[in-house]
Amino acid sequence: MELSQQLLQQLINGISLGSIYALIALGYTMIYGIIKLINFAHGDIYMVGAYVGFFAITQAQVSILPALLISMVVTGLLGMLVEKLAYKPLRHAPRISILITAIGVSFFLEYASMYFVSPTPRTFPEVIDNVAFHVGDLVINGQQLLILGITVVLMAILTYIVQKTKLGKAMRAASFDTETAQLMGVNADQVISFTFVIGSSLAAVAGVLVGVYYNSIDPLMGIMPGLKAFVAAVLGGIGILPGAVVGGLVLGVIEALVSGFISSTFRDAAAFAILILVLLFKPSGLFGKNTNEKV
Amino acid sequence: MNLLRRNDLIMLAFGIVVFAVLQGLMEEGIIGSFWKLNLMLIGINIIMSVSLNLINGYTGQFSLGHAGFMAVGAYVGVVLTTNFHVPFLGALLAGGAAAGFLGFLIGLPTLRLRGDYLAIATLGLGEIIRIVIMNIEYVGGAAGFRNIPHYTNFAWVFFIMLFTLFFIKNFVNSSHGRACIAIRENEIAAEAMGVNTTKYKIMAFTIGAAFAGIAGGLFAHNYYIISPASFTFMQSFIFLIMVVLGGLGSITGGIAGAFFVTFISAALANWPEYRMIIFALLLILLMFYRPQGLFGYVEITNMGIFRKILKRGGTA
Repeated sequence: MELSQQLLQQLINGISLGSIYALIALGYTMIYGIIKLINFAHGDIYMVGAYVGFFAITQAQVSILPALLISMVVTGLLGMLVEKLAYKPLRHAPRISILITAIGVSFFLEYASMYFVSPTPRTFPEVIDNVAFHVGDLVINGQQLLILGITVVLMAILTYIVQKTKLGKAMRAASFDTETAQLMGVNADQVISFTFVIGSSLAAVAGVLVGVYYNSIDPLMGIMPGLKAFVAAVLGGIGILPGAVVGGLVLGVIEALVSGFISSTFRDAAAFAILILVLLFKPSGLFGKNTNEKV
Repeated sequence: MNLLRRNDLIMLAFGIVVFAVLQGLMEEGIIGSFWKLNLMLIGINIIMSVSLNLINGYTGQFSLGHAGFMAVGAYVGVVLTTNFHVPFLGALLAGGAAAGFLGFLIGLPTLRLRGDYLAIATLGLGEIIRIVIMNIEYVGGAAGFRNIPHYTNFAWVFFIMLFTLFFIKNFVNSSHGRACIAIRENEIAAEAMGVNTTKYKIMAFTIGAAFAGIAGGLFAHNYYIISPASFTFMQSFIFLIMVVLGGLGSITGGIAGAFFVTFISAALANWPEYRMIIFALLLILLMFYRPQGLFGYVEITNMGIFRKILKRGGTA
């Protein structure tokens, strides 16, 4: 294969991987935007989503779309529950305390699911026909199209919710300034819960799609994608929704290029190197504005 | 002799007694090989948690890359002893120096970040260190480094641990340490009062990293093989749990945390899921009810009972 064609092929792989990061990063960025918390447990919510989808498909024998919906509902409720039980009591605590709590929740989800579903990886059933489309020498397979299609649909729905509905308006107001929003009659608790539901259900979709794409899920699968999605959110400018999508796609493409042209062992290092470079040179991210800290 | 120096001597004497008792019990075979190994691990983990506490607890810079520095110390140490036949102490110090230097280099740019950003950046750097080691063929890559001489024994661990404790305690009580604590309390106010915040943050980070490197050397020479898999960020999280459980900003807390976590891990070695579930729940409950950790900012030497004992000893 020629170099340019190889490049294009890696671009296709990168975009499908990047869509998954984008879905997780959206949750990160929305939650950070509202309560200024890096929700370390978000990657594990994504893992739970993958398992819910897995059991819906294998036990309840449903097809992929209902499985996605079931997983979104269950995982969304789990996200809300986590917020109510673990983060809400600490709303006025120092940020480091909440961060440590988030790490604790993350561990809890990982090892509690290990206890319930055993640590051995499960093989995700084949839910769509394994078709491959050949465009010239390029190969696009069915899973990649499914990932892209679902991601685009979800982005459209999310944009509608955030931009057009009343709740979306409340979300934007709370994320801009929670206290003032409360003074204007926004029910902050309700908005925060809603944000966790949306963020978690997007992560659940990402989890099921990863199961479909890589055919294998395990209880610790959420750690790395979770961290990388955070990198994507920072890259795009944390708190900014389009930024999370662009950040996810860019990160996915860079990762695909690194594993295609250098070595797949450096994939994870590349993501963290991007994070550090962004934090050093443009901490507000690609789309962010600079703000000064006030005493 | 002022009170502070006398307290130091008493603590030193106490440490030597503890060492003699433990060593005696080991030689008599009352402490079997499983718990002997765990006692050494406790010692190494105390060095890790107290040095991490200097960064996270005293200076208030949330670092999550401590396992990376440990890895640097471990690999530098084993290369020196195995391939160049450097004496053990020299290898340990070189490992510590290498880790400290790396900590300095990494700290220079990253310590400009605050709070959760710093946490993720250090986590990422720790992972980068591990991935780079994994890709160096000279040290065995992902398979690990083999045929390490078995130099570490209980005496080495115990006395280096004691040295670490005294060093960090004296550092914290010095003017440098006060500057670090001022940064933790309020960075902007500290800067306004003339504290060179960058300098002290980097100082704390470098010292913490150097001790992690020494602990890494001790850790590596306790086994015949080490691999990058021993130094993942999960390991950094474990050190963080020790510090947070014991108390952010308390040496006693660091010791207690290391002791507790290592002990629980050993006792539940056959049920690793339970172990992590317990730690996770402890972490969450602690943040609810006692966010400063078990010991908070208090040292055992400042507690009422201990003071009373000291006073009685002084007047007698």
